[in-house]
Amino acid sequence: MTDQAYNFAYLDEQTKRMIRRAILKGLAIPGYQVPFASREMPMPYGWGTGGVQVSAAVLTPDDTFKVIDQGADDTTNAVSIRSFFERTAGVETTTKTSEASVIQTRHRIPEEPLTEEQILVYQVPIPEPLRFLEPRESETRKMHSLEEYGLVHVKLYEDISRHGHIATSYAYPVKVEARYVMDPSPIPKFDNPKLGDMAAIQLFGAGREQRIYALPPYTQVVSLDFEDHPFEASKADHPCGLCNATESYLDEVIIDDQGGRMFVCSDTDYCAARQAAGHKGKDAA
Amino acid sequence: MRPLLSVQGVTKHYGAHIGCADVSFDLYPGEVMGIVGESGSGKSTLLNCMAGHLAPDAGQVVFDTRAEGPKHTVTMSEPERRMLSRTDWAFVHQHARDGLRMGVSAGGNVGERLMAVGARHYGNIRDKATDWLERVEIDAARVDDRPTTFSGGMQQRLQIARNLVTGPRLVFMDEPTGGLDVSVQARLLDLLRGLVRDMGLSAIIVTHDLAVVRLLADRLMVMKSGRVVEAGLTDQVLDDPQHAYSQLLVSSVLQV
Repeated sequence: MTDQAYNFAYLDEQTKRMIRRAILKGLAIPGYQVPFASREMPMPYGWGTGGVQVSAAVLTPDDTFKVIDQGADDTTNAVSIRSFFERTAGVETTTKTSEASVIQTRHRIPEEPLTEEQILVYQVPIPEPLRFLEPRESETRKMHSLEEYGLVHVKLYEDISRHGHIATSYAYPVKVEARYVMDPSPIPKFDNPKLGDMAAIQLFGAGREQRIYALPPYTQVVSLDFEDHPFEASKADHPCGLCNATESYLDEVIIDDQGGRMFVCSDTDYCAARQAAGHKGKDAA
Repeated sequence: MRPLLSVQGVTKHYGAHIGCADVSFDLYPGEVMGIVGESGSGKSTLLNCMAGHLAPDAGQVVFDTRAEGPKHTVTMSEPERRMLSRTDWAFVHQHARDGLRMGVSAGGNVGERLMAVGARHYGNIRDKATDWLERVEIDAARVDDRPTTFSGGMQQRLQIARNLVTGPRLVFMDEPTGGLDVSVQARLLDLLRGLVRDMGLSAIIVTHDLAVVRLLADRLMVMKSGRVVEAGLTDQVLDDPQHAYSQLLVSSVLQV
């Protein structure tokens, strides 16, 4: 049931127009952070206000919408955003990756490869990859415009000197089309190789920081590294306990206070589909 | 011989106040120039104008670049100027905190300039950083310690290592020994003198400490109220000052 008190997808048409302009600019300059006039949304900052605004701007009444939070369709953040758009836009929603035309995600890329018919919308907490190295916004903007990215490698250097390897495991910085260094939002670095050459459009929205950036389909995205410490997409070295998948990103779940634990796919839709197809892991009931 | 840095008529006003006025000189390769004067005499303003941190109101600064010969640094594009300040130039701040990244290990601090000019091999960067720490007399075992755990003198030496690692040709120093106690100062000066001689560096040193210029500088400029009042060979100016202010400056140093 659509709530008639709201415009389609909550935001008014002028706001959506403004956001679409930012999205188009972002698509034209892959990896560049476009400032936009982020609106107050009926949810707290940090819950995906940027992603929700981008989703609202790209949704049409014919779309099928899916929301995932750390890969799961059934966690608080995913459930509340899904019901928000059910109520304000009346669009179809789904939990199946292949059936969705717009997927809003927090911190994961679905395991199933996306197609040219789909849009992936990321929720971004801190869009600036240089923020924790250089606190001044004026300076980071200058560094982007002059392509001065030595500082990102200083961070990776610090990782290796402290831990013996690049310990950054999420929000791993990438270089887009050999130009802009971009924060891929806090996705695990396991997902980084999927960013590049993806068929779907990828949009990134940071509500509190008021930035939108984008990757058009089939964009070159390279994870930064050192020649003698190359980038490695890492995951827990186990098969999924429920569907026995060996290629998917796993969550570690503590199951008792005796040190018991299991590893399960973080992508619940992928895991459920595999279980339905008859795959069975060692912990499956 | 072509001067490495040629400064002509550099003037900088802060509103109605004069920062520095009509300063001209040439600096030749391998030469160390000292600039002395009391607080507020415009030495730091002049240094910042030359190093590209401030835009002078008038005058020109010509630097003999490695690749393209003499270029006007005031009118060149900002990316070019920033590239120069990462490669051919170095800037040693009075307070090591201004010139260091306090949250980054000593090795990372030294390696930053290498990575900024494109070094992407961790092992090589680390070897070079360790080598430089030893050259400035910091124990190589402290390569992973943060500068916050270093003493003032060590921080200053680390700052020097960080600046010299890319082999600059011109070093700007703003009171490099300020705030250090005398024995640490002596060691630092000794180190600086060795590095300047070994690497054939040119340097411009701003200080109000006459002992520093006596030890390091080949030539000396005395500034007062934004203007150069006397210039010449260091020993000549210090032993036989001509201008009344230079005489005052020299005579106000305590002889122990």
